[in-house]
Amino acid sequence: MTLADFGWAIVRIAIMLGFLLSVLPVVIWLERRALAWFQNRVGPNRLGPFGLLQPMADAVKLFFKEEIVPASADRFIWALAPALSLFPALAAAATIPWGPNRLLTPVADVDIGVLYFLAMSSLAAYGVLLAGWSSNNKYSLLGGLRSSAQVISYELGMGLALAAAVLAAGSFRMTTIVEMQAQPLWGVVPFLHNWLIFTPWGLIGGALFFVCMLAETNRAPFDLPEAESELVAGYQTEYSSMKFAAFFMGEYIAILAICGVMTTCFLGGYLAPISWSPIQALGEGGGFWGIVATLTGALTPPLWFVLKLFGLFFSFLWIRATLLRLRYDQLMNLGWRFLIPVGLVNLALLTVYVIWGWIPSLIGYALAIAVYFVVFAARRPERRTVALLSEAQPYRPKEAQSG
Amino acid sequence: MAERVLFFILAIVAIVSAGGVVLSRNPVRSALLLVLNFFTLALIYFMLSAQFIGALQVIVYAGAIMVLFLFVIMLLNLGSPEAVMQERDLKRPLAYLIGFGILATLVGQAFVLLLPMTPQPPSQAGTAKVIGQALFTQWAYPVLLMGVLLTVGVIGSILLARRRVS
Repeated sequence: MTLADFGWAIVRIAIMLGFLLSVLPVVIWLERRALAWFQNRVGPNRLGPFGLLQPMADAVKLFFKEEIVPASADRFIWALAPALSLFPALAAAATIPWGPNRLLTPVADVDIGVLYFLAMSSLAAYGVLLAGWSSNNKYSLLGGLRSSAQVISYELGMGLALAAAVLAAGSFRMTTIVEMQAQPLWGVVPFLHNWLIFTPWGLIGGALFFVCMLAETNRAPFDLPEAESELVAGYQTEYSSMKFAAFFMGEYIAILAICGVMTTCFLGGYLAPISWSPIQALGEGGGFWGIVATLTGALTPPLWFVLKLFGLFFSFLWIRATLLRLRYDQLMNLGWRFLIPVGLVNLALLTVYVIWGWIPSLIGYALAIAVYFVVFAARRPERRTVALLSEAQPYRPKEAQSG
Repeated sequence: MAERVLFFILAIVAIVSAGGVVLSRNPVRSALLLVLNFFTLALIYFMLSAQFIGALQVIVYAGAIMVLFLFVIMLLNLGSPEAVMQERDLKRPLAYLIGFGILATLVGQAFVLLLPMTPQPPSQAGTAKVIGQALFTQWAYPVLLMGVLLTVGVIGSILLARRRVS
């Protein structure tokens, strides 16, 4: 490694951290305003244009708040937990390419980019788990335990969904996964990019990944670890001042990083929906088309990436404003008995495509969907009643209750 | 030179944290030190250009198994460490015997194998491609057998944990 490589690495890290930390207030503002909009409220609109400076006021407030340490807390681990929730979130973004310029992005273009992301996101469980335990508060402990069980369960589904992208690209390297999606659509439509989400395995894998990333980041409808109505705020109940802010930042940076992975692996990364190659060809001679080619080829890709990132983040908000929180047994059933089998079947049918081609694979998908509807979907109401009888009182119509 | 310095830092952290796992009185801190040990071990794998094994070390051991360990430690109240320490039975001498036996074997092997310490050139042996090819061609049958073993374990645990719904 030469000194120049080292310098470029520092520049890349600075750009990525700068982007993540400067987009954070915007994201928090967007969440509050969009949720208010969904719920027919006004939201923070006083400070600055459209209330954009509100996160700064919140940050100043958090800086000057008194920090209260619970008397019976394990002080060292209690102080360690917010750092452990912030570190994996920041580190996880390191392999995501957000533009075609290899000097600037990603921070580390390693061979095992997807695995690295999975490793970092699996470390994210510690912050929440230790915060819950060290607070010495039963609500916090319950929140931490819920979170660890949830993260472990959904990591498997997430790994299977990402495995589909890896198998389709033939590489763990994220830049290779993006390059694979720069091919013409389905190999035939020349002016469109072959985003993985447009293929059957990509569609199923992307849907699985989307559900799993909601669960991994403890967001609604999977926000059982911090369920305000039952656990106060779960693992972060005892935290105040900047330690609370660290959890807050960790949560949002983790969301941005995981949306970046979804964008990279399934939504074509920094690629535009249409291929710019004709304009690039026109721009060879310079002049007006040369400028257009530079704009489309080098400058707009990061914009596309950020656009997709914010689109995904907005879908998080949309889901939070729309869906109810799952019950714990529903959460586990969804993770283990639906997402993982679907992920395995998806992976198996993708290998059919890799070995034998389009037609056997599509027949396989049609068969799998038919089998699902005939065998499983028809039996579902009966299964739900049995599960409920063992857990809690089932909903019964009026005449059944009185009789 | 820089690599050697990094290696010694990582090795010291790994050994100190491994000692802390055994010496710490608090089970949660023991488990956390074990996580630190696994993490430094993964970094040493990265230094040996065994990236795939390093990533799997973090995903499987540090990320999944140790979270489960912590989960169980926090869920089951183990009682005070002193009470556990004062139990007088065969477990302690047996533990000393096995522990020192393994240590002696490892130290003996280390002196035989590692003393010349020829620096290995960075190899391709640790990449996902090479490991995948080895596992699914040369060692395909053992891998399949391992898969059967794991499936049996999963089914067994489900049978044990199953609640009987009347």
